[in-house]
Amino acid sequence: MPRELLDKQLLGLHDRLLALGSEVQENLGVAAKSLTQRDMVAAHNIIVGDDWINEKWITIMHDCLRLIATQQPMASDMRFVTMVMQIAGELERINDYAKGIARITELLGKETAVPPTPQLPQMAELAQAMLRDALLAFSRRDDVAARQVPKRDDAVDALFNQVYRELLVWASEDPERWQVANYLEWAAHNLERAADRVSNICEWVVYTVTGKYKELS
Amino acid sequence: MSTNGEYALETNNLNVYYGDFQAVSDVSLRFHKQAITALIGPSGCGKSTALRSFNRMNDLVDIARVEGEVLFRGRNIYHPQVDPVEIRRRIGMVFQKPNPFPKSIYDNVAWGARINGYKGSMDELVEQSLRQAALWDEVKDKLQQSGLSLSGGQQQRLCIARAIAVKPEIILMDEPASALDPIATLRIEELIQELKKNYTIIIVTHNMQQAARSSDYTAFFTVNEDRAGYLVEYDETGKLFTNPKHELTEQYITGRFG
Repeated sequence: MPRELLDKQLLGLHDRLLALGSEVQENLGVAAKSLTQRDMVAAHNIIVGDDWINEKWITIMHDCLRLIATQQPMASDMRFVTMVMQIAGELERINDYAKGIARITELLGKETAVPPTPQLPQMAELAQAMLRDALLAFSRRDDVAARQVPKRDDAVDALFNQVYRELLVWASEDPERWQVANYLEWAAHNLERAADRVSNICEWVVYTVTGKYKELS
Repeated sequence: MSTNGEYALETNNLNVYYGDFQAVSDVSLRFHKQAITALIGPSGCGKSTALRSFNRMNDLVDIARVEGEVLFRGRNIYHPQVDPVEIRRRIGMVFQKPNPFPKSIYDNVAWGARINGYKGSMDELVEQSLRQAALWDEVKDKLQQSGLSLSGGQQQRLCIARAIAVKPEIILMDEPASALDPIATLRIEELIQELKKNYTIIIVTHNMQQAARSSDYTAFFTVNEDRAGYLVEYDETGKLFTNPKHELTEQYITGRFG
């Protein structure tokens, strides 16, 4: 093994991306919970914490570029570094969705006329589980597992359509309700997009293992 | 098989021996016209030996023996009726260390053409060759100075001008930049890109980044158990360096072998 330094740096990127992914996975759940429980402290923490996530994303990008410049990775190493950069970007965006949901928690504030939306925590749970499995597939470089994850996106989409319709019906009964319905639709949309981003992560895992990029969702 | 088409040079089951030792084993390759093909691989993998067999340079080594075919314009260059001198005019060679003659810059370039009895304007040929080798502007005012007075990078471009002056179709390059500093190396690489508009270039390099940067196709060679070099993988350079098909190639280009 004449490339110990490169291997060490690649492993370091792997570990840090996984750590970032775990945080984002957690944040997605906390954000959704802040919404259903109207937990302003949790929402605030997510919003403030987004800067921290961005910081980590930029550091990973920077280290990838430095590794390319100093180590000249080739073939599967090069694909791995490309994947890390892409996945780090997807994670950063997923955290933006978490932050968006936390913002909506703040906007709803103490509003009492809020309909039950059991689909939202369900969507968050599904997206979180998808993200966890995508990160596992990344860590194990398991393209077979990575191909399976995006199939679960249909369930998220179904919940989204359901909550969207219900909110439409609920809001149409009283013009005063439009604002709140709009907020909740945005929260649902953020969760739906977060799951889409997980599919992108899986596509990069497949690319890294096989050398071929293929749309999975 | 015929080379009268898209290929500038074609080898079929090429074997090269030095006495009892087999240096190159069963290499079949097709070199695209007006493209740059890099031959890469660890030391002793036979890439330079293979290159030398493409214009019968190995004839000059007593114990060297070649089997198989090297087809140039549809004809095996090892056919007894083929004149090796003519082959070397059509298929030129540039070596690792710049080797200008201890003569003027002008005479270095004019040398081959004079031997061939070139009838046109020698001044024009010299200027044109030096321009194509991206050296003209640097030497136009001192054409009568010795070629050896130039820097290493300039000397190598002078050797390229000398190779071009006899109007070859293919230029073989055996690590043409390995004795040069990084700037001179990049100038040579840039020059090679220019040259491929008119010539087919086959280049042996130890420098993988150089192969990745400057070639269109890459052939990866390695050594078998008997220390004979053989071809592992041949593909477009972009493909070979991002997603090689063969595990040995992967190990070599990621630096984990060799």
